[in-house]
Amino acid sequence: MRPYSDKQNVQKKPYYSDRYFVAPQIPKEAVESDAVFAQDLAILQAKFEIKEAYIQRGQLVVYIDARDNVALLQTLKDECAYNILSEHSAIDWLAKSNEFELFYQLLSTSKRKRLRVKCFIHEKEVLQSVYGVYKSADWAEREMYDMFGIAISGHPYMKRLLMPDDWFGHPLLKTYPLHGDEAARWYEIDKIFGKEYRDIIGPEERDSARVDENDTYRFARLGHEVPFGAEPSREKTFHDYQEESGVTIVKSLKKSESKIVKERP
Amino acid sequence: MAQHKINYLQEAGLPVALTTVDKLVQWGRSNSLWPLTYGLACCAIEMMATGASRYDFDRFGTIFRASPRQSDVLIIAGTLTKKHAPFMRRLYDQMPDPKWVISMGSCANTGGMFNTYATVQGADRIVPVDIYLPGCAPRPETLQYALMLLQKKIRSEKASRKLAPKRLV
Repeated sequence: MRPYSDKQNVQKKPYYSDRYFVAPQIPKEAVESDAVFAQDLAILQAKFEIKEAYIQRGQLVVYIDARDNVALLQTLKDECAYNILSEHSAIDWLAKSNEFELFYQLLSTSKRKRLRVKCFIHEKEVLQSVYGVYKSADWAEREMYDMFGIAISGHPYMKRLLMPDDWFGHPLLKTYPLHGDEAARWYEIDKIFGKEYRDIIGPEERDSARVDENDTYRFARLGHEVPFGAEPSREKTFHDYQEESGVTIVKSLKKSESKIVKERP
Repeated sequence: MAQHKINYLQEAGLPVALTTVDKLVQWGRSNSLWPLTYGLACCAIEMMATGASRYDFDRFGTIFRASPRQSDVLIIAGTLTKKHAPFMRRLYDQMPDPKWVISMGSCANTGGMFNTYATVQGADRIVPVDIYLPGCAPRPETLQYALMLLQKKIRSEKASRKLAPKRLV
């Protein structure tokens, strides 16, 4: 029997997960099937310890030791002509194995090949910056620090990239709540007005499905609008952008004289 | 009534219009609203379209100003992130009184579809809002209508310097 789920609040929970869902795997091919990749891998294997290597979707995926990252990327750039680091970030596997999976997505414009270098690091492990090899690692590493809290040593300007400098926590961690933690929920209030103002402003309204006709602070019933905070009314209200008597000098619309054009003139 | 006896009380009888100071001042204010050139996201594109020649905001006396010191209206056009919220509040504080705020689009009104940690859930948590403008993004006509409603609201207000403090939230 499936566990009971509350149907009343179904709109509060935008996701649902199928218990029997198995994520489809992209088939892996042997590296020997591609001559260019086989040559690249041979160069790497001569110098470094390669834990795993395969071809997926026409791209070579190489698992390495995280301590080799700078030297290995230097080799790939100098000897294998992978001249662009197009993407670099991490995947949070802390709940599963207390590790981050890091990936460096490389592109060789002369060989027209893409290669992905992957490695695992523990939560508190410090990683060497590859900024000296690829300049594009600058912002990628800053973003990775911002989003996951992965410490990078040797980076010229290790600072948050997207979130404010005084932000608490790292939002792309799977443990980070989507609606933000305590510090995030009150961030703007604390910063602008101070903590004492929290009671006056009140908590955020996070239920996007909430509609309350009697709450005239937050909602306006169309056609029955009342002033801010007044008692709700059943009476019809009529809105016009001008007073009936008109405004001095300002042209007023004569509705009886206007006509709706069916086609563009 | 004989022809030489002009009825001065009738319309156009005398080149004088009688009004109150409130009405005169607020009429002037409502017809020269200068909004701040301030766009946050895609709503700003619609705001620019409203200011451009086809929809022509200028005919309402509404001229976009590039400085908060010279503007009356703050149009919050787009998603307000938590990182940006202090800057927006500062711009609002830099505007001279009297000032009004139009919250343009779903994101500025309630956070919209960005029900996340990084988005302010409604700009009225930061500044007092006069007109909430629904839509994602609202068409230029909607912004025009919001401006006309704001003009009407201003005309009904008192002109005195002692403005009642606007309630936040």
